[in-house]
Amino acid sequence: MKPTPTPDATPVTRAVAQDSANPPWKLPPPLFDARCRACWFTAALLFLVVASFVSLNLDWAAFASMDAARSMGRFVAEFFPPDLSPIFVNKVVWAAWETLAMSALGTAIAALLGLVLAVPASRLSHQDPAWLRRPTRWLLNALRAIPELVWAALLLISAGLGPMAGTLALALHTGGVLGRLFAEAMENVPSGPGDSLRTQGVGRLRVFAYATLPQVLPQLMSYMLYRWENNIRAAAILGVVGAGGLGQLLSFHMGLFQMNKTATILAVMLLLVACVDVLSFSLRRWLNR
Amino acid sequence: MSAPARDPAFASRMLWLCLALVLLWPLCVATEFRLWVLWEPENRKVTANFVRSFWPLVYNAEFLQMLVLETWRTVAMATAGVTLALLLAVPLSLLATRVLSLSALSGRMDRWPAVLRWCVRATLIVLRSIPELIWALVFVRVVGLGPTAGVLAIALTYDGMLGKVYAEILESGESHAAQTLMRNGSGRLQAFVYALLPSHAAELASYTVYRWECAIRSSVVLGFVGAGGLGQQLDNSMKMFNGGEVATLLLVFIALVALADRLSAWLRKALA
Amino acid sequence: MNIELLDLDARHPAALPGVAAALRALSLRVSDGEQVAIIGPSGAGKTTLLQVLACAHPPTQGQLQLAGVNPWTLPAPALRRMRGQLFLAPQVSPLPPRQRVVTSVLAGRLPAMGLLASLRSLFYPADIPAAYAALVHFDLGDKLFERVDRLSGGERQRVGLARALLAPASLWLIDEPLSALDPMRARMAMVALVGLARERKTTLVATLHQVDMALAHFPRIIGLRDGQVVFDLPAEHVSPEHLAHLYAQHEHELRGETLTLTMPEVAPAAPAPVVMHCR
Repeated sequence: MKPTPTPDATPVTRAVAQDSANPPWKLPPPLFDARCRACWFTAALLFLVVASFVSLNLDWAAFASMDAARSMGRFVAEFFPPDLSPIFVNKVVWAAWETLAMSALGTAIAALLGLVLAVPASRLSHQDPAWLRRPTRWLLNALRAIPELVWAALLLISAGLGPMAGTLALALHTGGVLGRLFAEAMENVPSGPGDSLRTQGVGRLRVFAYATLPQVLPQLMSYMLYRWENNIRAAAILGVVGAGGLGQLLSFHMGLFQMNKTATILAVMLLLVACVDVLSFSLRRWLNR
Repeated sequence: MSAPARDPAFASRMLWLCLALVLLWPLCVATEFRLWVLWEPENRKVTANFVRSFWPLVYNAEFLQMLVLETWRTVAMATAGVTLALLLAVPLSLLATRVLSLSALSGRMDRWPAVLRWCVRATLIVLRSIPELIWALVFVRVVGLGPTAGVLAIALTYDGMLGKVYAEILESGESHAAQTLMRNGSGRLQAFVYALLPSHAAELASYTVYRWECAIRSSVVLGFVGAGGLGQQLDNSMKMFNGGEVATLLLVFIALVALADRLSAWLRKALA
Repeated sequence: MNIELLDLDARHPAALPGVAAALRALSLRVSDGEQVAIIGPSGAGKTTLLQVLACAHPPTQGQLQLAGVNPWTLPAPALRRMRGQLFLAPQVSPLPPRQRVVTSVLAGRLPAMGLLASLRSLFYPADIPAAYAALVHFDLGDKLFERVDRLSGGERQRVGLARALLAPASLWLIDEPLSALDPMRARMAMVALVGLARERKTTLVATLHQVDMALAHFPRIIGLRDGQVVFDLPAEHVSPEHLAHLYAQHEHELRGETLTLTMPEVAPAAPAPVVMHCR
């Protein structure tokens, strides 16, 4: 007995219902529904992924073949044993100190820069016209869009080779990031203390210093310490373009294919990153006690 | 009690200030931080020339064509890298998450499962701690210059990041549904698909989209060591002191990042 | 500073458009140096009245005159100077949690301090004896260098009141000064506030829920209900019938049976916006 199609069925489902052995509600839904936004989105995503792989002409053979595995194995074997001679370890430790100093100083300057830029970039109260908000936000976005490495490459032209270019690069990029974070934190602060000072006719800067800053300072310190964790990793690699520290040493020895020296540098790099992570975490815990 | 005359906190504040200054000095020495060097006549001249060469921007047809191609390459590198990272991150995160532990259903997790999970987590942490530039440097020597090295580097580093955060997301929130399914005999994968995935899918997808946007930035950086894309063009133009090209490339890059940022924010809002 | 309100209408700042105005056709006159208490059931518009007097929002209709001048017709610098001459103490103490009491109290003097002096006072408090003297009036002398979030709700409220003593203001507008205080401390705070206002010839307008306190300490009482003045009498002329009429349908408030408004605990910092970093 053919199932009678329901009156509000569309022509397609009615046709399907008339010809199919199962009533329409037992059929699985169509795989691609032209009206469904999620379907189009999935299709676009698949297209993007497939197009990426196809257009890049990836050298699958290069890393999937036995040959590649063997050469990879040989390559990795060259890392051991790492060079632990005292002279070299001394050099690496000094480079590590340079990297640490770069990251710490860069983050500190970035915090100051971020604070200075965050004040015009935030709307401190509902009545605040905040003329400078949009241009300052553009500036902050430009600063943080350009990665540290690109900043370092640009600054090397003015500052010459060496860690100062790296420090300034970190300061500029992180200044953009922190400026944006600080501005958002300042806008989210409860307005009670500021309002009561504004009722007394106190000016913007003093309202900021007496009401906003005390409330938001722990959060700012927390962001700054969190960014330090990121910056130690960034500082370690800035040397690859010539900004000093462990990166410069690494790229130098890798260029000469001195893999056991490279292994030592990599190990010290990982150790430095782990130490800074732990230090930053404990400092953040101590500040928020 | 008579009025106190001095501020008791003043002494400790001065102490902290002095400590900070004392710490600042060796930092400045170690980084050779001499800001006035930027104002030295030769440096100023070089900087001025370079900045002046930014204008006029280079925008002839040939350059723009190359630009579009390289931008697509950068995006493709990021997409391919994140896709490969996902392939490895999903199984690793499932292995690392404590919510899918069968032995933990009855109290404490058994010894060996706990050790396995700890090992997987340690692997993920190590993978994400090594900057992708280092991986790229290594791979460039193994597979040669080109996007392959970049894709592999992004895949490995982002595998660590995605895996760790996926495991944390799966552990956050309620695991009651998953545990009930597992108690009633369903397999771990079934518990994941039927219980964990529905409640966390939005957050997982949101974080993946955000990481994709970060990957675009990374792939530009990787271009500096030979992985192709906008980064390599930027490196070439800078080495030739061609300010016009550098300026155009920077603007395109800022626009690309802003676009990806906007797209990812929209996607994340749609997913939430 | 003398106050004059003529036929004033004002809305609550957060009110939706269709809701009735908080104050309706209100006319009031307070002469220089008077101490006035405003009482009434909740929702009467007491807080809105204080905010209008503090020039926090413009009235929708009618006129406000402070010291003979309509503040909303003044140019911005003159309006700022006028604001410096008044002091509004809101019900919830407006003290940043991690600030020290001495800095919070001295902040009341900001309108009279220059920019450099204000910033210097952040590092080393400019006038410790004055802050101490103000706090002693409210029995808080020993808390001078404590952090605000380490104080109890009642102590924080008293610090907010002590700020008024340092402000270069000739008009004090105090909103519910006793909401978190126990009876003994409430009496002490009232005596201090009203006494000092009388001594300095400052105009004091306070809203109160505690009718007995209002009647005991203030020479003039204004009853407000639904945005309109019900009575405006010297304290000794206020009879129980007046109060019953004012608090009709709100007798529990008259008897003081409302749950004492506990000071909201120092609000936990707004959760840090979920920030994702490229790391």
